[in-house]
Amino acid sequence: MNAKERMKIPPVDMPEQDPKVRVNNLDEVPLGYTPEMAVLEARRCIQCKTAFCIEGCPVGIDIPGFILLIEIGDFKGAARKMKERNLLPAMCGRVCPQEEQCQLFCTIGKVRKNPCESVMIGKLERFIADWDREQGEFEQPPSLKPSGKRVAIIGAGPAGLTVAGDLIKFGHEVIVFEALHKAGGVLVYGIPEFRLPKKIVQYEVDYLEKIGVEFRYDYVIGKTIPVRQVVDDFDAVFIGTGAGLPRFMRVDGENLLGVLSANEYLTRANLMKAYDFPEADTPIVKGKKVITVGGGNVAMDCARTALRMGAERSLIVYRRAEEQMPARLEEIHHAKEEGIEFHLLQNPVRLVGDDRGWIRGAEVIKMELGEPDSSGRRRPVPIEGSEFIENTDALIVAIGNSPNPLVPNSFPDLEVTRWGGIVVNEITGQTSVPGVFAGGDIVLGAATVILAMGHGRRAARAMNLYLSSGRWVDLDSTLDLCRAEVH
Amino acid sequence: MYQLLHKEKLGPDIYLYRFRAPDIARYRKPGQFVIVRIIEDGERIPITIADVDTEEGSITLIIQAVGKTTLQMAQMKKGDSIPTLTGPLGEPTHIEKVGRILCVGGGIGIAPLYPVARAMKEIGNHVTSILGARSSNLIILADLMGEASDELIITTDDGSEGQKGLVTDAIRNLVDNGEEYDQCIAMGPPIMMKFVCILTEKLGIPTIVSLNPIMVDGTGMCGCCRVTVGDEVKFACIDGPEFDGHKVDFDELMARLATYRSDERNALERYSSHAGCRLDSMPEGGSR
Repeated sequence: MNAKERMKIPPVDMPEQDPKVRVNNLDEVPLGYTPEMAVLEARRCIQCKTAFCIEGCPVGIDIPGFILLIEIGDFKGAARKMKERNLLPAMCGRVCPQEEQCQLFCTIGKVRKNPCESVMIGKLERFIADWDREQGEFEQPPSLKPSGKRVAIIGAGPAGLTVAGDLIKFGHEVIVFEALHKAGGVLVYGIPEFRLPKKIVQYEVDYLEKIGVEFRYDYVIGKTIPVRQVVDDFDAVFIGTGAGLPRFMRVDGENLLGVLSANEYLTRANLMKAYDFPEADTPIVKGKKVITVGGGNVAMDCARTALRMGAERSLIVYRRAEEQMPARLEEIHHAKEEGIEFHLLQNPVRLVGDDRGWIRGAEVIKMELGEPDSSGRRRPVPIEGSEFIENTDALIVAIGNSPNPLVPNSFPDLEVTRWGGIVVNEITGQTSVPGVFAGGDIVLGAATVILAMGHGRRAARAMNLYLSSGRWVDLDSTLDLCRAEVH
Repeated sequence: MYQLLHKEKLGPDIYLYRFRAPDIARYRKPGQFVIVRIIEDGERIPITIADVDTEEGSITLIIQAVGKTTLQMAQMKKGDSIPTLTGPLGEPTHIEKVGRILCVGGGIGIAPLYPVARAMKEIGNHVTSILGARSSNLIILADLMGEASDELIITTDDGSEGQKGLVTDAIRNLVDNGEEYDQCIAMGPPIMMKFVCILTEKLGIPTIVSLNPIMVDGTGMCGCCRVTVGDEVKFACIDGPEFDGHKVDFDELMARLATYRSDERNALERYSSHAGCRLDSMPEGGSR
């Protein structure tokens, strides 16, 4: 098949649960490719000599490589190729913003003048990861002889899990300390079941355990054990404690009953299984009408969860227009299909409650778009006198998170930015404390799973070099030499 | 898993538990709490630590059975284990020598007050403790509090032990008799802390309270435990649990504690009838 023929094949759609059915269950929305669909989609890749898609991947997966293996039906080989770079492919295939990464750079999308028609790299990644998992075969990766070095990882989220998987393969002893009772971080407390089934996260965590990573749950480093002690007891430390500090709007009435942060709402619904109350013990605020404030993926997750918790109407209230929404197109599309109401260019200015302190409504002001702000997006400007009351039974604040201050606060040696992120060398993830590295949302603020994994990947390489050489100063220039290999 | 080493009933629905948790025992300071989850699909509840034994590597929790989780906990036996015990969380009490201190504990709040009173006395403060409850069988740790205090006063609503009346009556009596205090520490039901704070504010006694709002993770992640302190919103789990009592909005705290009341009642009744056990305070027929 020549390139021209390949380019003619339209993108293969992934079958999805019917919106009317899926709002009543927690099962995953996209159902996955069949092997035939995957092979057909793989044929769309023209195997560019310079693979721009790889440059768009924060962890540098050999994308044309694994796609070619799918095309020839060697799924096992494709899975192996993927795991060279990404130990958590089932998750990334589902939650990466591929349209801003690999698929944005894909030649096919450029030729078709529509990045939405690029090769569906994310869907193929998911297919291979799922296929591999379903084979149920465990392949012990080739391990180096023990280095005798011990590494502590603080936080079992996407960044920490990536570091763990990489460093165990270099022969180091790896212990992951997790504050919650399950590993996965935002993958288990935040991202809902219908977008990322928890059994998949558990499978990937189990895999890390099988290859030798040790997990210690209920350990809040900085509280259960001082950070200093961890730094002294281990040869290197990685801090990946995430952006787990919810931002609130700071409007009147925000402490009314029925007003929750997205973190609280999603943690109750996902990690604590409130959908199964009273079988599971944790309850959740339910309402016939639920407002979610915000326009990101987390807001979409909350609004869609609310429907599954029994809400009759679930509204997104967002202060900018749809084009400025930070959520992935696919999430917005899924939300609309399910009947989420988008109330755009609106912003709550005050919340009103009843005499028992429960929220009953939000006073909302209409907005219009003004001049671009520092983010390059047109700034929303309130329209004076346009306030009205939107009644509601519950309101979820999904306007972002700040880095969790617990570790930095209990370890003053660590340099942090004005907004609380840990300061690191961007190439190596080195912090101001020798032997201590950091990455993911504790550095970036609330970003994405794959960026956190990319940070983890880079830090792991630097940590390995540090552990083997003992060199801390100028680690980045030494690492720079090997850096071309990553991308 | 965290093993239950010892369990003891202290009063109606009030139990003392000693769990093996060496790391928590080693680093815990007075005023800090743990998050407890007793079964795989259990909820996460915050409990302030009453005592530790570093030699045994254990922590002591005193818990009143009031809902499904705490009633189920009351069915546990020595040797049983629970899946989660996370801590020590929150900021410890600031222990310093200030002079004369009034420690006021109500009901189950006497448990977290005990290590604070003891530490305050050990550092050289003069400690007067007032313990209050509805009735004498709800007064806990009176002996230990006696040892941790220079002076101990007990009040009961029904007069079955000590002075008849409320803790606030006892505070007023002391001050009326010319006693002076440099600081008050109050731990107990929010309504008690509220009225202690109203009184001590009038009396000009700086007052620290320990708050126990609903929490999920206990590490600042969910914001469920937010409380209004002065004109600021604080997270009790990482900024607290202790705050300047004169600035706390207790009415908001009490309202927020009731967020899941009907769910909690349903869960309790369901568990109670399934497991064939009940609260001592639960009338026949279940529903309250």
